[in-house]
Amino acid sequence: MTRARYLAPLMALGLVLAACTSASPSASPGTSSGPSASAGPSTGEDDLTGQSVTVIGTWGDAEEEAFLAMVKPWEDATGATVKYTGTRDINTILTTGVASGVLPDLAGLPGPGQMAEYAAAGALKPLDDVLDIATYESETASGLVSLGQADGSTFGVFIKASVKGLIWFNPGLYDYTDNAPATWDDLLTQGAANQGSAQALWCLGIESGAASGWPATDWIEQIVLHQAGPDVYNQWWAGDLAWDSPEIRGAFEVYMNDVVGKSFGGGTNAVATSFLTAGDPLFTSPQGCEFFHQASFITGLGDFPNRTAGTDYNAFPFPSINDAYANAVEGAGDLFGMFHDTPAAKSLMRYLVTADAQNIWVRIGGALSANKNASDYPDDISSTMGSMVANAEMLVFDASDQMPAAMNEAFWSTMVSLTNGSITIDKALSDLDAVAADAYGS
Amino acid sequence: MTTAASTQPRGARPGWFTRARGRVGVHAVLAILMIVWLLPTVGLLVNSFRQPAAVSASGWWEGLIPPYDLTLENYAHVLARNGIADAFINSLFITIPATVIPILVAAFAAYAFSWMEFRGRNLLFVVVVGLLVVPLQTTLIPILRLFASLGINGQFLAVWLAHTGYGLPFAIYLLRNYMGGLPREVFESAAIDGASPVTSFFRLALPMSVPVIAALAIFQFLFVWNDLLVALIYIGAANPDNLPLTVNLANLVNSLGGGWQALGAAAFLSMALPLVVFFSLQRFFVRGIVGGSVKG
Amino acid sequence: MDDRLITAIVVVVGVPGVLVGYIWGTEQVLRLFGGRTQPRIRPWLWLLPALGFLGVFLVYPTIGTIIRSLQDKAGTEFVGLANYAWFFSNDNALSALKNNVLWVVFLTVFTVGIGLLISVLVDRVRYESVAKSVIFVPLAVSMVAAGVIWKFMYEYRPPGEPQIGTLNAALGAVGTGPVAFLQAQDFSMNTFALIAVMTWMWTGFAMVIISAALKSINPELLEAARMDGANEWQVFRGIIFPLLVPTLAVVSTTIVITALKAFDVVYTMTSGNLETDVIANLMIKQMFSFGDFGRASAIAVVLLLAIVPIMLFNIRQFRSQEAVR
Repeated sequence: MTRARYLAPLMALGLVLAACTSASPSASPGTSSGPSASAGPSTGEDDLTGQSVTVIGTWGDAEEEAFLAMVKPWEDATGATVKYTGTRDINTILTTGVASGVLPDLAGLPGPGQMAEYAAAGALKPLDDVLDIATYESETASGLVSLGQADGSTFGVFIKASVKGLIWFNPGLYDYTDNAPATWDDLLTQGAANQGSAQALWCLGIESGAASGWPATDWIEQIVLHQAGPDVYNQWWAGDLAWDSPEIRGAFEVYMNDVVGKSFGGGTNAVATSFLTAGDPLFTSPQGCEFFHQASFITGLGDFPNRTAGTDYNAFPFPSINDAYANAVEGAGDLFGMFHDTPAAKSLMRYLVTADAQNIWVRIGGALSANKNASDYPDDISSTMGSMVANAEMLVFDASDQMPAAMNEAFWSTMVSLTNGSITIDKALSDLDAVAADAYGS
Repeated sequence: MTTAASTQPRGARPGWFTRARGRVGVHAVLAILMIVWLLPTVGLLVNSFRQPAAVSASGWWEGLIPPYDLTLENYAHVLARNGIADAFINSLFITIPATVIPILVAAFAAYAFSWMEFRGRNLLFVVVVGLLVVPLQTTLIPILRLFASLGINGQFLAVWLAHTGYGLPFAIYLLRNYMGGLPREVFESAAIDGASPVTSFFRLALPMSVPVIAALAIFQFLFVWNDLLVALIYIGAANPDNLPLTVNLANLVNSLGGGWQALGAAAFLSMALPLVVFFSLQRFFVRGIVGGSVKG
Repeated sequence: MDDRLITAIVVVVGVPGVLVGYIWGTEQVLRLFGGRTQPRIRPWLWLLPALGFLGVFLVYPTIGTIIRSLQDKAGTEFVGLANYAWFFSNDNALSALKNNVLWVVFLTVFTVGIGLLISVLVDRVRYESVAKSVIFVPLAVSMVAAGVIWKFMYEYRPPGEPQIGTLNAALGAVGTGPVAFLQAQDFSMNTFALIAVMTWMWTGFAMVIISAALKSINPELLEAARMDGANEWQVFRGIIFPLLVPTLAVVSTTIVITALKAFDVVYTMTSGNLETDVIANLMIKQMFSFGDFGRASAIAVVLLLAIVPIMLFNIRQFRSQEAVR
């Protein structure tokens, strides 16, 4: 292909620029200034004046602004425009689109499962010829690379990542910053001892519109991961481990007894409370709860943005249950794929995986980068979380996101019923096994 | 209002107390209903003037007592959205034709169903009404394929045609019911006078149907104005510049659901135009359009 | 922008113009035929545009849906009635069906009942316009906004904490504890909470239509009855109600079908959890989340079959209405 001839020198140029910019963390932020020598987008792309790329994603509000800020330097450098449409009906648009052939150029994909389906249907274009895969793989957190692959090719890349399973606390009640509980049992004992005037150990809120129940699934995932390890975890979401197995049942029991049973307002409140505001009782006086288990992106939601990082809130990673798996980290992220391989779309895709591009969003806050070299975090907490993703020894991806959609939804709604006290653990596990028999077959 | 009592053959005329009590009853019932219906919206209205943080922390009535702590920031946030003016214009472009066309197409069909005799009339009509139940989502893929092959997806024409198709069952149903209730004598005498069906339609049926046409216009305008999915699917991927207000405002909320506090302000800004349409078409709901003709 | 403005004007003026021209044109063409053929052809010419749109946008996809419901998830093999068997043996589906019955009955009874009540009462007061607008406003609010509005109404905090939801605050004021309206499953309270939201939105719809029909009743009839000494209730029962029956049938039918298709409220507020699910929501999930169009189509066909009794009722209605005309 003639393209290959241009690719090598361009990639070399790109690498050189990337090396320059990452070596100088105080490089000027890529705002609306035109292509500048050192801080411009490291693509060295040709002129694409007048062309446009249609992008569909789930990002709205501040995320939308962040994404548009992220692509602005690319637009300035190439002369092309990005036409972004945000919608939370991404499933509908992409399913309809794949079935009818009417698709945007690039899109945020709902998850690795759907990515594989669209790839199998021939709708998603492989990125092996679009990106320098070697560079991409070396720059990206390892767990995330394989998630974007299907059938041996790369179809999706992560633009943004997050860490799950963080335990948030208010240092004002008791400061765990330098002496976080090392094990789950420590957390329970120390937590009880230091609870003071806080009304409960945990804040818990699992309402989330159509996806209600997902924060509870995150809980189960963390417990399974730390109790039984990454291998069991991976078998579990792949459908090779029954729901009613000792490992999974054990996790459910820990959740019901040590979490729901010790949560602010109990199970009914957890089901009625949106995860967005579930952590707010950390900041009331007296505090509603001592700990709040949630992912890294919570810092932009609820009452968190009105509080000061470090002083009003801080976090420690999920404590160990079985020491063999102490360093396991569960991550998640926003997967991006390409439906039309127009020159402009390819150029934009190449740009989006660079550290420069991802740094723009990272600087704005509320997001972690999937690119290990993008580390311009606005505060210490984000920085720590970012390196957790980049450097994790054992990085697994959100289990429920990797299950077949029917299984995922059943998991969410079963957790709602279970947390509310409407069903027993026995019923929950047998229901989930019944769905699994159906969902994994097709 | 009835005047002084005339002779009462059957039962005594209700005395002044009963009448007064009846009137108080009417007002009381209406007052209760109005309060119940208005209260939820008032909650949203008050909350739209409060700080987002306060909205999640305390009840909306706190905005009505000191310290009020009211703010216009939600409205400013909505109005400052990227491309909102264009989206508003797009909504107008989409909604007005999508209201006018179905009503006219339905009017012709409704007149045929009510005042023309033909075999299978009732059965065909019932099938048309039955189409009301077809879920919109089952039509998206085949129609999108059709539009794509004609090259019109991404353009307003696609949604105009789609909304016409989707709105016809209800429009025909409503219009036929109303037109069918118009006095037969009027059409008969017109026919005797040699008027063609076309003349009867435009000179008699349509003017007499103004109240129901007004009602239909209000509903169709509202449904199309508030529609998100049809526009998103038929226009979305190909031509985001043509997307209406609903899509733009839906993006006030981020992918995790945060930022929803601004939705109240968005709702009121978006509601303004349909309410204006409602108020201006209200005056067509007047008594006695048919007046003078014997009925019943 | 100017380009589109011109297009829009052309469309708004031109399309009606074309339609009118079409009708007038067909009338001229019909003159060429005999007096007996004319009334046989004319109705079909008048119906042609409507039937065209309906055929393309509703009938053609429905035929596709029926065929698709007999196929498997991938759409490659025919599996007969397997999808239907799945639907009727699935616990979630049966629970949803039960909820749909509640929706159909209570949504219709409340919206039509209250709509009728308001139309009749408001006819006699001076603030009619204001009252009708108040009842109508919820229909103008988009579904997303309605979700937020009722979130404020139903909001729950644990007992002992300050309540920020309107209803729970009111309950607190009279001394009882808060209720988790959307979570309480006893007596299907959460389903009724959702039905209440939809009732609040759609009563205005029923009211507008019934009110328009009410206005078209000849006032002389009513005056005559009142002069004869009939009280208001007798006037209503003897004259108004019978004349409104056809309109009530139309409104009820429309609302019953709306109740069958209802999914927005459920999707936005509870996602169908805790036994609030309805079959339209199941269909959406099958279609767009699980990608199983075979099953989704089967559910759609079940919906189509569910309205057959309603259609039979409507046919009977027309026959009796025409007998009187």
